[in-house]
Amino acid sequence: MRRSSVLGRWFTAGSRVELIPQGRMSGPMPWVIAIMVAMTAIALAAGLALGNAVSAAKAEIDGGVTVQIIEPRADVREAQAARAVEAIKTIPGVAGLRQVPQAELDALIEPWLGTGIAAATGSAIPVPALIDVRLNGPASAAQLAAIAKRVTPVAPSARIDAQSNWLRPVFDAMVSLQVLAMVIVALLAGALAAAVLLAARSALGANRDTIEIVHLLGGTDAQVARVFQRSIGYDAAGGGAVGLALAMVVILTLGRRFEGLGAGLVDSGALVWSDWLILAVVPVLATLLAMLTARLTVLHALRKML
Amino acid sequence: MTSDGEIIHFDNVGLRYGTDREVLSDLTFTLYAGRFYFLTGASGAGKTSLLRLLYLAQRPSRGAIRMFGTDAITLPRAQLPVMRRRIGVVFQDFRLIEHLSAFDNVALPLRVAGHAEKDIAGPVRDILEWVGLTDRIDASPATLSGGEQQRVAIARAVIARPAMLVADEPTGNVDPDMAAKLIRLFEMLNRQGTTVVVATHDLDLLRKVPDSLIMRLDKGRLSDPTGALRYPPRKLT
Repeated sequence: MRRSSVLGRWFTAGSRVELIPQGRMSGPMPWVIAIMVAMTAIALAAGLALGNAVSAAKAEIDGGVTVQIIEPRADVREAQAARAVEAIKTIPGVAGLRQVPQAELDALIEPWLGTGIAAATGSAIPVPALIDVRLNGPASAAQLAAIAKRVTPVAPSARIDAQSNWLRPVFDAMVSLQVLAMVIVALLAGALAAAVLLAARSALGANRDTIEIVHLLGGTDAQVARVFQRSIGYDAAGGGAVGLALAMVVILTLGRRFEGLGAGLVDSGALVWSDWLILAVVPVLATLLAMLTARLTVLHALRKML
Repeated sequence: MTSDGEIIHFDNVGLRYGTDREVLSDLTFTLYAGRFYFLTGASGAGKTSLLRLLYLAQRPSRGAIRMFGTDAITLPRAQLPVMRRRIGVVFQDFRLIEHLSAFDNVALPLRVAGHAEKDIAGPVRDILEWVGLTDRIDASPATLSGGEQQRVAIARAVIARPAMLVADEPTGNVDPDMAAKLIRLFEMLNRQGTTVVVATHDLDLLRKVPDSLIMRLDKGRLSDPTGALRYPPRKLT
């Protein structure tokens, strides 16, 4: 990743000579930065995708309440379900409701139990009647209590659950993974800063004579720091671009694989355009972080020299 | 520079490295603008250490130093570069930057001082012509002879027209003819008003600059064989 000779330039604009040869400063640094940026972008993409999945799922089920009529006698179950539907309709804050048809319920258990159970055994499996209720807002404990107060007298076999309760452990796990992804991003940023710090110190040591001469000729710390900062900035920009390209390949490949699963929760985790924009900013931030680290490291080291 | 022409004043200055004994002790002297000084003494007498104090590469362990009317001891670190730009230095080992051409080495002080590129080429070519290196302008230090490297180092030291030029054994690595030429360069510079301090243990050189003043170091202490330090010359006009 050797660049043109305009890198590591002099202090004045327009000069095309190198105070410190770029080759002596960069070494493996662009590749280290490329790997760091790739890992950061992948971790960040995972975090964003998980965030999207959680948000989409929450938006879908936050206001959802399921009323089950758990009654083995089919006629009693149907009667209670019908009364429950009528009772729920009168509750304020209900945006809509739907009694799940028996055919849909049979389809739900068909993969495990097969078809024609009633014909084979003489009686159908007593699957609970399901009523899917949509509230205007999230299903709070007070609203669940209000629904129970209206439904229970007319349908004693009813069991009322907020849909979000079922998936809470899944959401919690996904949020934990999201936090983990962000922690990894922060750790990688720290590792990048540490790598740049070591590279800057090494470059300072290797170029100590030149720096001392520049100092004795009246060069300022800021001038010397600028040379290192610019050089590492070029390294970081080049490495960052390569790293981002690598990350894109990985993210797109994984995205295709997950699309193939066809699972609703995974599908809803697809990255949107603003996520891609955030990923594109990663190498820019990495470059700024590397330049800032290089500048502070060099200035700190120079302060120990007269 | 003060009104009486004083540019450097050392008052009871001592220097030690770490916890070793003092390499310079009780130095009290004044340097005046436009004068030519030779600093002599045996090897190990402390010449290089004294020069390092003069070109602000080192702070003393004790005493007071005033440079160009400013207290150099309490001078904030951020203001050192401005002070250093008034001092040209010729190092004993030249200390040219190996990967830069003669032109770029000489241009270094101007670039450090923030001169625009368009204002650099002319003066650098002129000064390289002055030291007789016009045909070696693009040569790297590794391809230059010792004398040529020394002249590049001198050109670099004077390109920014410093108020004082400090040279550490500038003739130590060149033949007698080249040494005489280099001293003539210093004299020419001195005639243009630059104070020159040349450290040397070559006593023949002293005779080549008749108006020079001699500072002699002996085991870190200064003696004053010409009396010029105890009885400073009158203000120059």
